[in-house]
Parts: sequence; structure tokens; C-alpha cells
Amino acid sequence: MTATPASIDRHAPFDRVVLLAVPAVAYLVLIYALPVVWLLARSVLGPKGFTFAPLADFFADPFNWRVIGNTLKIASLVTLVCLVIGYPTAFALAWSRGWAQIVLLAAIILPLSVGVVVKAFAWQIVLRRDGILASGLMQLGLTSEPLRLLFTESGLVLGAANVFLPFMILPIYSVVKLLDTRLNDAGATLGAGPFYRFRRITLPLTLPGVVTGIAFVFSLSVSMFVIPSLLIGDRYQTLATLIGRSFLMMRNEQLGSTTATVLLVLAVSVVVSAAWIARRVGRSA
Amino acid sequence: MTGTERTATWTAWIIATMAVIFLMTPLVVTVAVSFGSSSVFTLPPPEWSTRWYARLPRTSGLLPSVMTSLQIAALSTLIALVLGALCAIALVRGRFPGREAIATFLVSPLMLPGLVIGIAMLQAFRELGLRDAWVSLLIAHVVIAMPYVVRTVLGALSLFDFSLIDAARTLGCSYPQALRKVMVPALAPAFLTSGMFAFLASMDNYPISIFFTDAWTKTLPIQMLQYVEESPDPTIAAISAGLILLAVVALVIGDRLVGLKRLADF
Repeated sequence: MTATPASIDRHAPFDRVVLLAVPAVAYLVLIYALPVVWLLARSVLGPKGFTFAPLADFFADPFNWRVIGNTLKIASLVTLVCLVIGYPTAFALAWSRGWAQIVLLAAIILPLSVGVVVKAFAWQIVLRRDGILASGLMQLGLTSEPLRLLFTESGLVLGAANVFLPFMILPIYSVVKLLDTRLNDAGATLGAGPFYRFRRITLPLTLPGVVTGIAFVFSLSVSMFVIPSLLIGDRYQTLATLIGRSFLMMRNEQLGSTTATVLLVLAVSVVVSAAWIARRVGRSA
Repeated sequence: MTGTERTATWTAWIIATMAVIFLMTPLVVTVAVSFGSSSVFTLPPPEWSTRWYARLPRTSGLLPSVMTSLQIAALSTLIALVLGALCAIALVRGRFPGREAIATFLVSPLMLPGLVIGIAMLQAFRELGLRDAWVSLLIAHVVIAMPYVVRTVLGALSLFDFSLIDAARTLGCSYPQALRKVMVPALAPAFLTSGMFAFLASMDNYPISIFFTDAWTKTLPIQMLQYVEESPDPTIAAISAGLILLAVVALVIGDRLVGLKRLADF
């Protein structure tokens, strides 16, 4: 951009437009960033200064390790299911025209604007022993008796994958729609087979979208609270439900704060490392 | 196209069709149950009826929670729109370091666990002596609405050609007139769309709101989850169907204003 004398004048000695950003940034710093930092600080600051005691206590308890294990297991499964369904769907969305495109877009965006309580409640109905899924599977002859799905890990994964699927499809779609189909044709002209072309052309070019999608779905599944509360119940704890329980039912704020710190560090490291990976694969592709 | 590619294309289409059915299942099931006569969620319903809708006005606690949610969502969206739009203008027009970082920061509440944000705010508000549930909810919900506003308005502003304002002034408009006649119409669709989705996000929020409700001030999702846990019956499906209708309306308006494809931009 070339700077005209007038614009240099307007931006000297300092850009006054920056002042417009102050209210929003100040609001978020005061109401959101400082409290979150303070929460983190409190988990390593005891009454007598710096201490790792609460965190050490947390990690000394085998129950908490099982909770962390549950959380990571469910989040990985949900991410896997979303990836398997979402990757091909993103391609279909990019190829689609006319009515097919409208239907696909509406089916992806509409559920995003419907609350999670509504969807989790609907999955409670679907997953019941006399619900449509169990009786449907029986009518197809796949199971001989009604399958127990509600309050199982499979039910939870299915419901959560349903809620988070758009967050996998949309980032992948945003890179697939930019794919230059001529690259694929060029590869074919040069004698590359379809598998080789997918591995060497399509997959590397879509990888940044895949990484973003995985980061979204994984961090959302690690943090979900309403869905496990309704679909698996109290006997199966994840980090988020443990936080909710310790604050809202057990009134154990120390445990809640420590668990919140662990969850926060987990979620942030997923997002940050995914951004780093996405930049790297984006550069090398 | 080789046979392998044709198979791959077909597979993608079949999976996409299944994905559409999968994504629509909870919405269709909710609406079907809400219009069924059965109280045990039998699907397909033995008979159609509107009895669950007729029960809505008599459901205790429902109307106050709807009113609370609407007030909080409308006000927090309004505040977020003003703050977010001003900030977006600064980020697009200004030349100062760290603009990218500020944009990421403003969108970051979307990426952190809601429960953790809620607890952090709860402890901070308590420390400051803020105990009023309604005010706490409002202050907290601005943070929920902000990312939606910033993301969409930032996108629209960076596409806006600011030399149009200079052109309008050359043609005799005053600066405020130029803003009103050129910039406002060009940005209105993005504004309305982002406001709408911020409103829905606030209406639907559970993990942050749960820390700021008391016996008298509950938002709709909190009240709904309480019904689900206490006495699940299709009345909840009827409320849900209302919320789904709201989302459909938002989608149609969003399509008219900016188009479905822009709504899918990530």
C-alpha cells in the first residue's frame, strides 16, 4: 500500500483509530482474561505462596487419572467418528450445486443454531431401549434384542459426534472448495494412479482443514458438559462433568478449580499445537 | 474418470447423504415427539396432537425463564455489536502492531471450555461483591456474544471498499452522511446476521449461565435441563420445537441477507 502525504499526516504521531478497539479489548480483559488467569494462578498459589500441592494431590488420586482417561478416550472417539463422516461430506459439499448444495448447507448450519440441551434431549429419546435406533437395528436383523445405548460410551460418542460434526465439515470444506482440480488432472496426465494422486496431491492440500477440524472437535469434546450429563449420567465422569459436580453438587471449590485448570491446559494445548501443526503442513504443502 | 475415482465419488455422496440424515435426526425427532399424543416418546407417534403445546402456558417457571433469556440475549447482543463493531473498524482501518493477536483474543472465548470461563467469572464477580444474578448473566453473556460479532463484522469490513466513503464525500455528502448512506447499507447484512447468531448463542448457553442462576433468575436452557432431569415429558420437546423454529427463521433470514454459502464460511 502506498502512503499518501494525507494518510501519513492522519496516522502521525499515533493512529487514533486504535482507540476504537479499547472498549471491547478492555471489557474482555477485565471480565474474561484476568479471571481466567487468576483461576490458573490460584491453582498454584496457596495461602503461603507458590505451591504445587493442589495439583500434586489431584494427580496422586487414581480416580482422577481414570477421569482424564475417560475424557481423552471419548474425545478421541468423537473426533475419529467426525473425521470419518466429515471428510467425505466436505468433498460432497464442495462438488454440490443447486438443490443438493442447499440441502447440505442447511443440514450443516441449522443444527449449529439449535442449542445443545435440545439436541442432547433428542438423543436421549433416540437412544432409548425402545427408541428408533434400537428398534431399527432389530428390524434390520443386526441385533436380536434391543440394544442398550443410553448411558453407554457408544451412545455418548454418537450423540457428541452428532453435535460436533459441523465443526469438522466446515473447516475441511473451506480448503476443499479452494482445491485446484487441474492439479489432479495434471497428475493423471503424468501417469499417477488415483491412490497416488490422493496421497500426494489431495491429502496434503486438505490437511490444514483437517487439522483445524480435529482441533475444534477435540477441544469441544474434551469440554462438553451437557451431553455427558444427559447421555451417560453421573457414574461416568469426565473432566468437565467433574468440574460441574464439584462446584454445583459437592461444593468442593478447590477440587473444581484444580480440575478446571487441568481441563483448561488440556484444551488450550490442543488448540495451540493444532494451529502450529496447521501452519507447518500449510507451508510444506 | 477411472473406476476407483467413480467409487470414491459415490462413496462420498453416500456418506454425505447419511450425514444429512444423521444431522437432522435430533431436530426431526424433537418436532415429531412434540406433536405426538404419547407421553413416553413413542415414535412414530400413535396419534398426532397439540396437547403438549397447550400445556406450555401452565408449565411452572417456563415463562419467566423465557423472558430472562430473551432480555439477556437481546441486551448482550446489542452491547457486543457496539463494542465488537467499533473494535472491528479499528482492526481493519488501523495500523498498529498486534491486530491479529487482538482478533484471536476476541474470538478465543469460543475455543475455551465454557465451564472454565464460567468458574473464573464466578470467582471474580464474587470477589468484586457482585451478587445480582441478572446483572452477572448480562455481563457474562456479552463475552459469549462477542466472538460471533467480531468474526462476522471483521470479515465484512475487510471486504468493504473504504474509498467509497471518500467518493461519497467528493460527491457532496458530509462525513456522517457518507457513513450512513454508503457504509451502513453495505455492512447491515453482516451486522444483522452476526447479531442473530450471537443472540442464538446467548439463548442456548448452558455452561456459563449455570454459575449465575439463582432460584428466581434462570435462563431457558437451565430451566429446560431441570425439566429433563425432574420430569421428562414431551412438553420439553414442544419448547425445543419452538427453539428449532427460531433457528430455522434465523437461517432463512441469514440466507436472504448474506447467502447460505457465506454463513458456512469458517
